[in-house]
Amino acid sequence: MSATGPATESTAGAGARQDRYETVVGLEVHAQLRTESKIFCGCSTKFGARPNTQVCPVCLGLPGVLPVLNERAVRFAVMTGLAVGAKVAERSVFARKNYFYPDLPKGYQISQYDRPLCTGGGIDIRSGGGWKRIGLVRIHLEEDAGKSLHPEGREGVTTTRVDLNRSGVPLIEIVSEPDIRSGTEAYDYLIRLKQILMYLDVCDGNMEEGSLRCDANVSVRLKGQAAFGTKAEIKNMNSFRNVERAIAFETDRQIRIVESGGRVAQETLLWNADKGIAETMRSKEEAHDYRYFPEPDLLTLDLDPAWVEAVRSELPELPHQIRDRLTRDFGIPEYDAEVLTETRSLATYYEEVARRSGNPKLASNWIMTEVNGIRNKEGQSIEEFPIRPDRLGDLIKMIATERISGKIGKQVFEMMLTRPEGPDELVKAHGLLPIDDEGSLRALAREVIAANPGPAAEVRAGKERTFAFLVGQAMKQSRGRAHPEKIQEALRKELGAG
Amino acid sequence: MSDAFVLESAEAIGRSVLSRERSAGDVARTFLDRMDRTAEQLRTYLHRDREQTLAMASAVDARIARGERLTPLAGVPVALKDNLCTRCVPTTCGSKILEGYLPPYDAHVVERLREAGAVFTGKTNCDEFAMGSSTENSAYFPTKNPWDLERVPGGSSGGSAASVAAGEAPLALGSDTGGSVRQPAAFCGVFGLKPTYGAVSRYGLVAFASSLDQIGPIARTARDTALLYNVICGRDERDMTSRAEAAAVPLEDLERGVSGLRLGIPRDLIGEGVDPEILASLDRVAKALAKKGAEILDVSLPHARYSIATYYLIAPAEASSNLARYDGVRYGFRAKTDDLQAMYAVTRGRGFGREVRRRILLGTYALSAGYYDAYYLRAMKVRTLIRRDFEQALTRADAILLPTTPTPPFKIGEKVDDPLAMYLNDIFSVPASLAGVPALSFPAGMTKANLPIGLQLVGRPFEEATLLRVARTWESENADAARVPRLLSERRS
Repeated sequence: MSATGPATESTAGAGARQDRYETVVGLEVHAQLRTESKIFCGCSTKFGARPNTQVCPVCLGLPGVLPVLNERAVRFAVMTGLAVGAKVAERSVFARKNYFYPDLPKGYQISQYDRPLCTGGGIDIRSGGGWKRIGLVRIHLEEDAGKSLHPEGREGVTTTRVDLNRSGVPLIEIVSEPDIRSGTEAYDYLIRLKQILMYLDVCDGNMEEGSLRCDANVSVRLKGQAAFGTKAEIKNMNSFRNVERAIAFETDRQIRIVESGGRVAQETLLWNADKGIAETMRSKEEAHDYRYFPEPDLLTLDLDPAWVEAVRSELPELPHQIRDRLTRDFGIPEYDAEVLTETRSLATYYEEVARRSGNPKLASNWIMTEVNGIRNKEGQSIEEFPIRPDRLGDLIKMIATERISGKIGKQVFEMMLTRPEGPDELVKAHGLLPIDDEGSLRALAREVIAANPGPAAEVRAGKERTFAFLVGQAMKQSRGRAHPEKIQEALRKELGAG
Repeated sequence: MSDAFVLESAEAIGRSVLSRERSAGDVARTFLDRMDRTAEQLRTYLHRDREQTLAMASAVDARIARGERLTPLAGVPVALKDNLCTRCVPTTCGSKILEGYLPPYDAHVVERLREAGAVFTGKTNCDEFAMGSSTENSAYFPTKNPWDLERVPGGSSGGSAASVAAGEAPLALGSDTGGSVRQPAAFCGVFGLKPTYGAVSRYGLVAFASSLDQIGPIARTARDTALLYNVICGRDERDMTSRAEAAAVPLEDLERGVSGLRLGIPRDLIGEGVDPEILASLDRVAKALAKKGAEILDVSLPHARYSIATYYLIAPAEASSNLARYDGVRYGFRAKTDDLQAMYAVTRGRGFGREVRRRILLGTYALSAGYYDAYYLRAMKVRTLIRRDFEQALTRADAILLPTTPTPPFKIGEKVDDPLAMYLNDIFSVPASLAGVPALSFPAGMTKANLPIGLQLVGRPFEEATLLRVARTWESENADAARVPRLLSERRS
């Protein structure tokens, strides 16, 4: 078992040895679909209700009940398939996956097996400096199980309680090809998959509430080797970062096993985030035989190609499409476009700011630094961010047209976070308009020269470097309002006159 | 109260209640009183509640008094097989594992019957989870055949069939997976219809083998069979396999005779091992129908002889999955044990009877990795061939006529230890189940030992009316007093 522990040995040569290997990862993601009702009955799917209050005979698996397929769940699954370029099957088949578990009320899960709803497709991720496509094996529809809770009962005995509110919530399982080569790539894949699901509005993407769950199949092999190594499946990773960490851990563990002449065992591991290690859950011998067979209580799922095309035509714009459009229409760098399309609403926000301000690049800079800075600090979504895009657009326009300086702009921005007024009103009310008329600037210059006779003399004597000091003093005196070029002109004139 | 009308048809009883000639309450009391005298001998019911039955009857009377328009089943007593869910009324499926279980909802057919104004006499005995052909697999007690108390009533709907034969109720519902309505109907000398798969919603029928299970009516006349079928058939949103094509059968259609109808007899399937008296009855009925203008011809069902093998892979496979929910976690029996695995094992080991355990094992094996292709998948392919056999035969013939069972009712205990012999008793009923086509068992006389003989009519999907019409034609000239079990009529007080 020493091989399963974290690396402790001196790793002077480990890096070099590691470099000879590559990790091969395939991910299985379960995403809860945000339908109002469950996949096979009319119960609510809302999260957080008191245990066993959103249940009926069907999702409780009582004797005699039958499943009735929720059309919306099918629609959401098809939307997802189309969004990732998968082929949507005209006929797919539900199957029963049989196993015993207290939170699985029927003793089987209705899923899809040899004829899934979608096959193929892929998701593009960042890799190195470019893009890399992670292929998809399939996307299929299934029902969620309930939840087992293990509160401590009397005398320290652990009891098990079952909450079936989640039983029958629709899920899609998205299975990737083993195209992922590192924890980092896995992380990026998950971020982008989640982004697509949320753009489609088919999943709320909340990992804490279990709306998105991920298992990883990990193996290692020598670089250049065609055959795959023996894979281990890691479960129970409750955040994307944990997926990344678990893959890194498992890669390291497997390389050390192989390096020490051992063989990787085919097994299922549970990620322990507190300890930062993956622990054996069950070996290959203990693996279930799920005894899949076609679900006789449901008909085959036959989709009219015209219906599928209608769903396709109603798909919302996807992240990569908006990204392309923003770089094309607004001329902003790809990097900016990527940041700004993190969510559909941020992209919409940006577009409005960009249009209103008349300066898309400046708008992008402001959102990426100022707006996102505040949002990250406050943990706000763009919807919660207090400055509406029209107001921000107005502010940026004032800066872009040099009505105010960037520095003043930031002061106004700070005020806008807590005040209802628009930028124009704030600038006026707080006397923040720039000083750019000849008279006022000359007066300001005279004041500065009078207050700094020494430096003024130096400048007159030809020490140009001190001129910048005087400009700085003028800006300070005017609290940044002095027109930066015009004040220099005024100072020159006044110095010459003096 | 006299038993005067307990052997009247449901049609006549319903008519008399609707015309207020009798109250539903009087009807219910008469049947309940009779049941009190027969129940001990026959052991037809797992659950009866006199007060509940009377309350249902007086509710019907109140509806009639209010001027509500009720159906021809108003006030008619109906017995329900114990695998049909009844709200807050015990539903055990003849199993210990569901002892004391009270469903929180009514099956679709139960709902329909309540609306129609039927009155429930109780829940009838059956083989555990409908697995069996004799009702001996009930975890509670075996039911007796009213024609001979030493013989089985058939199964699995033995309680329902015996109850109707004995005049405890004019109508009953059973369920048929491989013959569980038809075979007991034949053994008890009554009508039993297995509708087309999808004709009746299975919502609330405790599943045995989902792709085969159908709820079907049991009655003493063809018209009563139609009457009950008409109330339960049709599309139900809660069962995706139920079909809108299933339409009510107009009673007048049953009187149209058989002139011009082509009836096929599958001689290749009937072959050897069939009781000669049953074969004689088949010929007698065929001749009588020919005389009425039917054309009798031979049809072939070449793959039907693989039916039992096919059925005993598919049905147990589905059952092994359907019965997984009885795990002691949420309802029903739970064994007291120390850990989860033991809880499953002991609960299911003690809660299920031998036959149920046998079929779960069979089915689990058939679906196992490495065996699926050879067993389950192969069986599904043969099933397709059998379905095609029927399609072809039924292009040549309008209905197929064959025995319901190879033998008359056998003795209690005779086949309990020989499951294969028990399974083979379903050789004529299983093919129609696999094909999903409608099949009707109708009484076709008695053996010399005064045991009922049942013959079977199999038809095209959703052509239940044709089957009922043929049976009605035979019945209209051959119904006789022999249909009253003498054992009981002799004991009438």
